[in-house]
Amino acid sequence: MSNAHSEHYPGPIHQPPVHTDRRTDAHGHAGDHRKLQHHFDDLEQQLEASTLGMWTFLVTEIMFFGGLFLAYLVYRSSYPTGFQEASNHLNVIWGAVNTIVLIVSSLTMALAVRAAQTSAPPKIQVGWILATMALGSAFLGVKVIEYADKFKHHLVPGPNFVWEGKYPQAAEIFYSLYFCMTGLHALHMIIGLGMMTVIAIMAWKRQFDASWYTPVEVSGLYWHFVDIVWIFLFPLLYLIGYHYH
Amino acid sequence: MSGHVASVKLYYAVFAALIVGTVLTVLVASVDLGPLNNVVMLTVAFTKALLVILFFMHVRWGSRLTWVIAGSGFVWLIIMFSLTLADYMSRGWIQGSLR
Repeated sequence: MSNAHSEHYPGPIHQPPVHTDRRTDAHGHAGDHRKLQHHFDDLEQQLEASTLGMWTFLVTEIMFFGGLFLAYLVYRSSYPTGFQEASNHLNVIWGAVNTIVLIVSSLTMALAVRAAQTSAPPKIQVGWILATMALGSAFLGVKVIEYADKFKHHLVPGPNFVWEGKYPQAAEIFYSLYFCMTGLHALHMIIGLGMMTVIAIMAWKRQFDASWYTPVEVSGLYWHFVDIVWIFLFPLLYLIGYHYH
Repeated sequence: MSGHVASVKLYYAVFAALIVGTVLTVLVASVDLGPLNNVVMLTVAFTKALLVILFFMHVRWGSRLTWVIAGSGFVWLIIMFSLTLADYMSRGWIQGSLR
């Protein structure tokens, strides 16, 4: 079988590369842009393909987080009062501060992409990226404070979970969801910080200008997505018990 | 490359709207409106998400294909939610069924 197959295998086809003058770079000169890969017609098509690729990934991310939001909805509709009571123990101030921090980081990210789009000097591009990273780290710092507080007060689900209120079992489910959802979100923030480090180095090396800025654009999409997840997590976790005493 | 460059002013306006939304959602949550609390909370959250998607994520100036792919995520999400809830919400409606 394998012999017969190899006999008929025609081997690699050698064809001389076809050169045409169709391609031009962003400045209208003949020849390819340094960043244009050979399988794309032009940089615009290349950016479009990368953007669509990132959006396709983000759709899978929407479904990934969607499953957790669905679990939240199912359990909250089963234990509405228990969830309110449990939510009351989260610190609304820290949650709100983190929401603002992430929104500001989304603004600095959008401005980082814009700096690359407008061929701003590397210092400015790197500045906006570092600002985004600083805010992302601040967010994670607040998360550490909050998590430490939950450990201290025995609010981590498991054998040491202690609940003084009326609905200990619902509270434990709530805190399981709290740690899963915010933990997965924090993991995404950490990955985002890794991406930003790479982007900052590339920007410092003068890689990005108006003709090519795809990595900043695509990382920006990811960063904004992570912000959107928090936009939903904050009210659903922190605010449902705010009026409940 | 011809990606749309939005004005800085627009970005600051979107940012301001997001901050206003956050303050609004915290203020409304401190008042007991019954089930309306959830409606307000989710309306604000979806509006904020839409602002981020349209402007910060450039979908407003994106191709039709980008719109379709971005939108498809939410279509699948709606399918997942509605089918699952159709099950959970209707449990016990028929006598003798599991609750």
